[in-house]
Amino acid sequence: MKKILLGLMIFLPISVWSQIPTGREILIKMDQNTIAENRCATYTMVVRGRRRDRTMTIKSWVKGSEKSFSEYLAPAREKGTKMLKLRDQLWMYSPQSDRIIRIAGHMLRQSMMGSDFSYEDMMEDRSLKDTYNAEIMGSENFLAKDCWVINLTAKVKDVAYYSRKIWVDKENMLALREDRFAKGGKLLKTAEIPEVFQINQRWYPKRMIFKDVLSKGKGTELIVDSIEFDVEIPKHIFSKASLRR
Amino acid sequence: MIKFLVNGLLRDRQRSLIPILVVTIGVCITVFFHAYLRGTLGEMIDSTARFQTGHIKIMSRAYAENSDQKPNDLSLIGVGQITADLQQKYPEMTWVQRIHFGGLLDIPDANGETLSQGPVFGMGIDLLSSGSSEIKLLNIEKSLVRGRLPQNSGEILISDGLARRLEIKPGERSTLFTSTMYGSIATYNFTVVGTIRFGFAVMDRGAMIVDLTDIRNAMDMEDAAGEILGYMPNRIYDDQKAAIIVDQFNANHSVVSDDFAPVMGKLKELSNLSDYLVMAEYLGLILVFVFVFIMSIVLWNVGLLGGLRRYGEVGLRIAIGEQKASVYRSMIYESIFVGLTGSIIGTLFGLSAAYCLQVWGWDISSMVKNITMMYPSVIRAKITKETYYIGFFPGLFSTVFGTALSGIGIYKRQTAQLFKELEV
Repeated sequence: MKKILLGLMIFLPISVWSQIPTGREILIKMDQNTIAENRCATYTMVVRGRRRDRTMTIKSWVKGSEKSFSEYLAPAREKGTKMLKLRDQLWMYSPQSDRIIRIAGHMLRQSMMGSDFSYEDMMEDRSLKDTYNAEIMGSENFLAKDCWVINLTAKVKDVAYYSRKIWVDKENMLALREDRFAKGGKLLKTAEIPEVFQINQRWYPKRMIFKDVLSKGKGTELIVDSIEFDVEIPKHIFSKASLRR
Repeated sequence: MIKFLVNGLLRDRQRSLIPILVVTIGVCITVFFHAYLRGTLGEMIDSTARFQTGHIKIMSRAYAENSDQKPNDLSLIGVGQITADLQQKYPEMTWVQRIHFGGLLDIPDANGETLSQGPVFGMGIDLLSSGSSEIKLLNIEKSLVRGRLPQNSGEILISDGLARRLEIKPGERSTLFTSTMYGSIATYNFTVVGTIRFGFAVMDRGAMIVDLTDIRNAMDMEDAAGEILGYMPNRIYDDQKAAIIVDQFNANHSVVSDDFAPVMGKLKELSNLSDYLVMAEYLGLILVFVFVFIMSIVLWNVGLLGGLRRYGEVGLRIAIGEQKASVYRSMIYESIFVGLTGSIIGTLFGLSAAYCLQVWGWDISSMVKNITMMYPSVIRAKITKETYYIGFFPGLFSTVFGTALSGIGIYKRQTAQLFKELEV
C-alpha cells in the first residue's frame, strides 16, 4: 500500500503537469483552426457609428498568409471597391475614381471603411506561433467557457501590436476575447467572439465584435456568412489586373 | 539759461554722451520690439482667425469636443439654414462654411496606378461662387506661386512644397483618397491648377484648397460642414461683441440635448491664443513699463556716477551761494535735453530697423518647419501709429526720473562741510 501511495505521489503531479499545454502548443492549435492554405469567405461588416450604423458585404479570397483579395459587394456606394494584398503591400481600387491606389505608411494604421479595423488589422494573416511568444497566465471563465489566459509578446518587429492578452477556450482552442496593446502598454483594441461554429474539423468565429478603444464609435461587428477552406482559387485573382476587372 | 546748459553738455562729452547713448539704445530697442511683436503677434492672431477659428466659430457639440482632429463624421448638418439665420441676425458679419479634411493625394502614372503620393491637410472653401469672400479672406491670389486659381469644378490648389515633393505640375491629374462623412472610402479625381505658399509652415507642408461643393460631393456631405466661421467688419476682432453673440446663440441652443446640436465659440477661447491676445492688447503698456523700470534704474545709476564725478562742481556751486533747488533744477533741465536727444535718435534708429524688417522680413522657415501653430515662416515687423511714440515719452521720462532720483543727494550736502570737502 505504501508503495502504491509513493508511486501515486511521484507520478500524479507528472501526469497532471503533462496535461497542461505550453503557450506555444496552444498557439499551434489556434493556428490549426484559423490558418489554411486557401480560404474563400463572405462577410457582413456592421460599423456602429455615433451617427448611424453601416452594413457592408465583403467577399474575400485568401492564399496562405501573403496573398488576399477582397471585393465589396454592398452597399451601393462601396460596391466594386477592391483590395489586393501581396506580402506587405496593399492596393485599393475604387470604381468612383477608376484608380488603383497603393496604401502604405501611416495610412495602413487608418480606419478601414470607417470601421474599427485598420488596414493593418485586415492584412494580418500570419500565424500566431511565428509572430508571438506566449506565456500562460492562468485560467478564467469567459462567456461561460473555461479559458486559458495567455500573454503574447511580439517576437518579430513588423507586427501591428506589440503585445496581446487572449482568453482561449480550452475546448475548441479559439480566442474568445482579446486585448491588443501598443509597446508602451496602452490598450488599443479589444475583440470579442460571442459566437463560434465548426467547419471541417475546425472551429471558427461566427461573429466578432471589434473595438478601437481610442475611437468614440460603438464598435464593428464582423459576421461570417459563409466560408470554405482549401478551395481552388485561380491565380489571376491575386494580380493587380483583377482589381479593375 | 537753457543755451548755457546745452553748451555745458556739448562741451563736456562725458556728461552727455553715456546718458544719451543709454537712452538711444533703450528707445531703439523698445521701438523695434514694439513693431516686431505687433507684426508677429498680429500675424499669428490674424492668420489663426483667417484659417482656423474665425472670430466666431460654430461646430456640432461632438465635433467641438475633438475639434483638433477635425472629425468630419461629427459635422454639422443643415448648415445652409444655420448660415442663413446667422446672416439675417448679424448682417454686418461675414459667415463662411468650411470643411477641413485629411487624406492622401495620389498622383497616377500612365496606367492609372500610384506614381507618388503624400498626406494632405485640406480645406474645402467656397472658391467658385461669385460673391465669395474666401479668396480675399485667405489671401489666396497673393499666395499663388504657379498656375492659376480654380475656375471650374474639379480644380484644386496645393502647397508648392507638396507639389515639388510629388513632382506634379499645374494641369496634372491627382486623386484624393479620404473618408466620407459616414466613414466610407472616398476617392475623387482633381486637376491641380495652381500651387500656393501661405508663409506658414503648418499650411505649407501639405495644404490642399478645394471648392466646397467638390469636397461635399467627394465626402458625401450634402448640406453639411465641419465649421461655420464668422468674421467681424473689416476683420477687426472685438472680444466683447463676440462674447455677446456667442452667449445669445448658445442660449438659443442650450435646451437641446443633442450631441450634434450647434455650439458657438469665440477666437479667444478656440485658438489657444488667449495669452497672446492679452499680450497684444496690453503690448504698449507692457513695453513702456519694462522700459521705464529698467531705464530708470540704469539712468539712476548713470546719474549717481555723474553725481560723483561732478561732486566737486556741485559743492562749489552751493558754496558760492547757488540754491540747492537751482542746482537740482539745472540737472533736471540737462536731463530733459539728454532725454529728448536720446529719444529722437533712438526712435529714428528703431523705426529704421523695424522698417527694414517690415519690408524685407526675416525667413525663419527652417526653424519653424515642425511647428503646428499658425506661426509665420517669414517674420515681419509692423509699424503702427503707436510705434512712433512708444519709446519717445518713456525715454524722456526715465531720464528725468533717473536724474531726479540721483539728484536727491544734492539736498544732503552740508554747507559746513563744503569747504572742508573742497580742500580735499
